[in-house]
Amino acid sequence: MLTLSILLFPILAALLVLAVGGKQAKQIAFLGALVELGLSGYAFFNFVPDATSQFSFDYPWIFAGSIRFSAGIDGVSLLLVVLTGLLTPLIILSAFRHTYERPAVFYSLILFMQAALMGVFTARDAFLFYLYFEAALIPIYFLAASWGGENRIAVTFKFFLYTIFGSLFMLVALVYLYFKTATPAGLHSSAIVDFYNLNLSSTEQTWIFWAFFVAFAIKMPVFPFHTWQPDTYVESPTPATMLLAGIMLKMGVYGVIRLLLPIVPEGVNLWGTTAIVLSVIGIVYGAIIAIRQRDIKRLIAYSSFSHVGLMAAGVFSQTSYGIQGALVQMLAHGINVVGMFFVADIITSRTNTRLLDQMGGITRYTPKLTVYFMILLLGTVALPLTNGFVGEFLLLAGVFEHNNILGAVAGLTIIFGAVYMLRLFQKTMFGKTTDFTTGFNDVSGSESWVFIPLCIMVFWIGLVPNSFLKLTEPAVANLLQFIK
Amino acid sequence: MLSIILLSVFGIVLLYLGFLKSRAVLLPATLFFILVALGAGFLEWNKSYLYFGDMLLVNNVAILFTTIVLLSAFMVVSLSGDFLEDENAQPAEYYAILLFSIVGAIMMIGYENLIMLFVGVEILSVSMYVLTGSDKRNLRSNEAALKYFLMGAFATGIMLFGMALLYGAAGSFTLTDIKGYIALSKGHPSLLLYMGVLLVLIGMLFKVSAAPFHFWTPDVYEGAPTLFTAFMSTVVKTAGFAALLQLLSVSFSAIYGFWWVMLAVITALTLLVGNLTAAYQNSFKRMMAYSSISHAGYLLIGLAALGQQSKPALVFYSLAYSVSTIAAFGILLVVSKQRVADGRPDDTYTAFNGLSRQNPLLAFILAVSMLSLAGIPLTAGFWGKFMVFSAAIDKGMVWMLVLAVLMSAVGIYYYFRVVIAMYFREGSSTHIQVAPFYRFVLIAATILTIVLGLIPGLFQNLM
Repeated sequence: MLTLSILLFPILAALLVLAVGGKQAKQIAFLGALVELGLSGYAFFNFVPDATSQFSFDYPWIFAGSIRFSAGIDGVSLLLVVLTGLLTPLIILSAFRHTYERPAVFYSLILFMQAALMGVFTARDAFLFYLYFEAALIPIYFLAASWGGENRIAVTFKFFLYTIFGSLFMLVALVYLYFKTATPAGLHSSAIVDFYNLNLSSTEQTWIFWAFFVAFAIKMPVFPFHTWQPDTYVESPTPATMLLAGIMLKMGVYGVIRLLLPIVPEGVNLWGTTAIVLSVIGIVYGAIIAIRQRDIKRLIAYSSFSHVGLMAAGVFSQTSYGIQGALVQMLAHGINVVGMFFVADIITSRTNTRLLDQMGGITRYTPKLTVYFMILLLGTVALPLTNGFVGEFLLLAGVFEHNNILGAVAGLTIIFGAVYMLRLFQKTMFGKTTDFTTGFNDVSGSESWVFIPLCIMVFWIGLVPNSFLKLTEPAVANLLQFIK
Repeated sequence: MLSIILLSVFGIVLLYLGFLKSRAVLLPATLFFILVALGAGFLEWNKSYLYFGDMLLVNNVAILFTTIVLLSAFMVVSLSGDFLEDENAQPAEYYAILLFSIVGAIMMIGYENLIMLFVGVEILSVSMYVLTGSDKRNLRSNEAALKYFLMGAFATGIMLFGMALLYGAAGSFTLTDIKGYIALSKGHPSLLLYMGVLLVLIGMLFKVSAAPFHFWTPDVYEGAPTLFTAFMSTVVKTAGFAALLQLLSVSFSAIYGFWWVMLAVITALTLLVGNLTAAYQNSFKRMMAYSSISHAGYLLIGLAALGQQSKPALVFYSLAYSVSTIAAFGILLVVSKQRVADGRPDDTYTAFNGLSRQNPLLAFILAVSMLSLAGIPLTAGFWGKFMVFSAAIDKGMVWMLVLAVLMSAVGIYYYFRVVIAMYFREGSSTHIQVAPFYRFVLIAATILTIVLGLIPGLFQNLM
């Protein structure tokens, strides 16, 4: 029943926000998100670390119960549920500093988005997963296209078409798999677990592998499906960018772990290395572009693209290290990237520019911002004892185990990451002050309340990674059994 | 059966009601008549009857198709309040013709005999020719009516020719007799039969505007008064597909190997032409015309992959498609009336600019309709597509599925242009008013679309 409340509560909260509307909208939305955080926190602390699905429910839904409304939390879902629960209130809080037109609609869309994301991460039925996967697109599209920058309509439309185009391939694969299953009663089943045990020929596996891969690769995005990403991140309002980079791209990685690997293990054996090569190209390519960026938001967008490449590579390595690393890194990256976008938002809205050349010397005015920025930055560049290190180390170990050379190339991410991130820090915080940065105000109270939980998480994951890893381990071991 | 008799009588009654001074009674009377016919249809639920010397069959599937037709008619009529105010219009005649045309549609749905099919097709088509040209002072309406009539008559001729050939081969017009003949011929029926099948199919495919027999569609849809376009694109399509389903599943399932390739090619062509051309339109009305062609393509998948899945898929798809299409046309009617370009109502995409601010409710309803037509999950349209795709997979037509999926991605492009115009583009700030009953019908359609999207089983369980 806990999962059911996690799924339904944000929708109720969103409707309440819409109904009350006006000035109270953001407070109600924030409170709703806090309650949701409590629910996911309860799941986190009461989760028994084994491979089973917990707090689950299961109701017959469509076609005489062949398609079921069933969801639950297992080791693979847990960290993402926690991530969504944790980031949403922070994203809402970070939006407080702006006044958005029609706030009720704005905040309710964020909550609808949260409901859909929770659904993706907990669904245990393939079609339920697909429905949530698509449903998540609608609120984020409206958020980005209604409250975004100048060029928002064309950019978000590209994003929308691109992602929906990808997931249609997944739909084909799911329908195909659905008709391969058979239950004793002569019906079909769309439970994800039933898809794991199908006997598929290697031709079928190849096709289904690519259908899934395209869907998830566009979502993440993996090179060469990334062209929608930088523009969309830049044009969206910051809360939408945070949702996209912090949580939504994890849908792709999660999809690979949940569906692609266990359903088509032979397909992964055949094509996994190709996928890793693409991901590694993305790592290097994204990092090089990030190094050359002059636009602060675009720089973070490309850094996110580079980081997710490593997650994809780790997952496709089919090793316990790689998958565990991806799960932890998804949590860590979500925290870091939301923090980075918040820093960027604070800087750009106070200086009225996004260009690095026009910034400098901010640190002179802002001791607090400098500290928060530095902590998040260290997490992003994977310094030991921060959250990024745990994830990236495991991921690299996984890729290395799979293929030494690819592992070595992927390892460049740590060096490149340090280069572009430190350059970002140096260009904005140090150096001479400019006309834009003179008299910069330090972070206010409510802004601090966004940073503090993020910084705590950076160290918690970095110092005691085992409190997270031990939760995911049995589920990952179980998953690898299906693959082998 | 009862509904056929009732509707014919009601049509005549309506003509007489036209003599009354007050036109206000016409609309509620027509709605009432449709509801009565709808209720009468359900008296025969779960029973299977043959009428008129075994020429007409009434069973649950037929009743469901009839319900969709009547529901579409109900929606169209309830959106037709403008006729009562337009002094050039003759609402009594329009409504009477609508009711008569439904009689034709019901005959097409439940026929057991090709004569019945022909009569049904003619009743429906002739009514449509008249309604297309009903805006007498509008040159485009006249042009459309003439075009439709000439092309339609030609297609009917071909179909009749085909029926004659079928009779020549099988010696009977009855569907089950034709089936019996095919069974007796042990896989070698006469050439006449094959020719007959081909010609009848061409005639019917013309009526449902499948490519390459679709060229009349955009012009006729654009020229006809918007409401009758809505009626045409839903009722004719539903009845046409019900008729095709009946023909192929009852009579010709034994020679599936002969016609499925042809139908599959036509399906692929229809999907390509409909979707790719729709993407290039600037007029919303023309886009809807091409979109109706593309939906004919999706429905044809259900026929080309004829099997157990086909019947429920077609019924559900027709329902989802009809409800959303009529709601979309209903909103076009309201919006284009307020925007005049070149002395005509503006039916381009730009007419919808900024609708979300002028009337959020209308914008929401149109958005849901567009989502449903595009087949986005949690709307009825998604499950319609899902079921049709399932039928294709069941028959192993994976290539067809891939094509259909690619084309629905194109569909998302042109349907979302409307959503973008409504929500993200600036328009004039005039508020758009809608009559309460009009609003009620549109809301009901939206609720139906969403409920069927959440729980498609509601309707599924009826079959």
